[in-house]
Amino acid sequence: MTMKASSRQVDGVTIVDLSGRITLGEGSVVLRDTVKELSNQGQKKILLNLGDVTYIDSSGIGELVSAFTSIRNAGGELKLLNLTKKVHDLLQITKLYTVFDIQDDEASAIGAFNR
Amino acid sequence: MNATRVSYTLDSTLASVNKAEQAATEVAAKSGFGEDDCGRIAMAVREAAVNAVLHGNRYDPTKRVTVSFESTPDALSVAVRDEGSGLDPATLPDPLAPENLLKQSGRGIFLIRAFMDEIRFRTMSPGTEITMIKFVRGPGRDGNNKEANQ
Repeated sequence: MTMKASSRQVDGVTIVDLSGRITLGEGSVVLRDTVKELSNQGQKKILLNLGDVTYIDSSGIGELVSAFTSIRNAGGELKLLNLTKKVHDLLQITKLYTVFDIQDDEASAIGAFNR
Repeated sequence: MNATRVSYTLDSTLASVNKAEQAATEVAAKSGFGEDDCGRIAMAVREAAVNAVLHGNRYDPTKRVTVSFESTPDALSVAVRDEGSGLDPATLPDPLAPENLLKQSGRGIFLIRAFMDEIRFRTMSPGTEITMIKFVRGPGRDGNNKEANQ
């Protein structure tokens, strides 16, 4: 399954709904291009919804980290929403669970940006 | 002891990475591993194949990646070999170190170590072979995870 990304705006937050596999190649490129485009548009509050992401490899993890740092360096914030158990476990193993702000409820996540 | 062996010789492409991952999933399931372990084995093999294609052979169309599976009633052993310039695992940075936590790459071997029970690196001429072992009922009788450079 290839990766798909679609964006929507809720209360000033850009929510990116991702689905499929974020792996070396197409999946990582889709994520990179999506975040780059949002950054170029001046979006500073980005919530990546990973609820339908079925698989992430080390390249996909790297792409998440890269997205996080590039948005932060541009003065914005990037948070993660709805991690599956597999993705949650991967972020825990790699200690990135402590780096990302991880949310499991969309409304709360939006609120967390606006606090 | 009965052993089932299967080997694939693959091009240095991303399609080969997916092929290796798919083969690992199938072999692991046939070897008696549960769904979670099948996923871990498939990811370890995928990461090893990515290293072989990307860092070992550097997508060189003249170089091949060999993925070999050996399944016994006790364990599954997977060897992934490239034809690159070699890898010294001792030089790999720790991806959990604070200074490396936000680096984009460098987590592949770390994940292989996390998901498999034993891993070994062997320097070939040319290239590197990484052998990854998963025991059907967890780590071996001595209970230790082992890693060795040969």
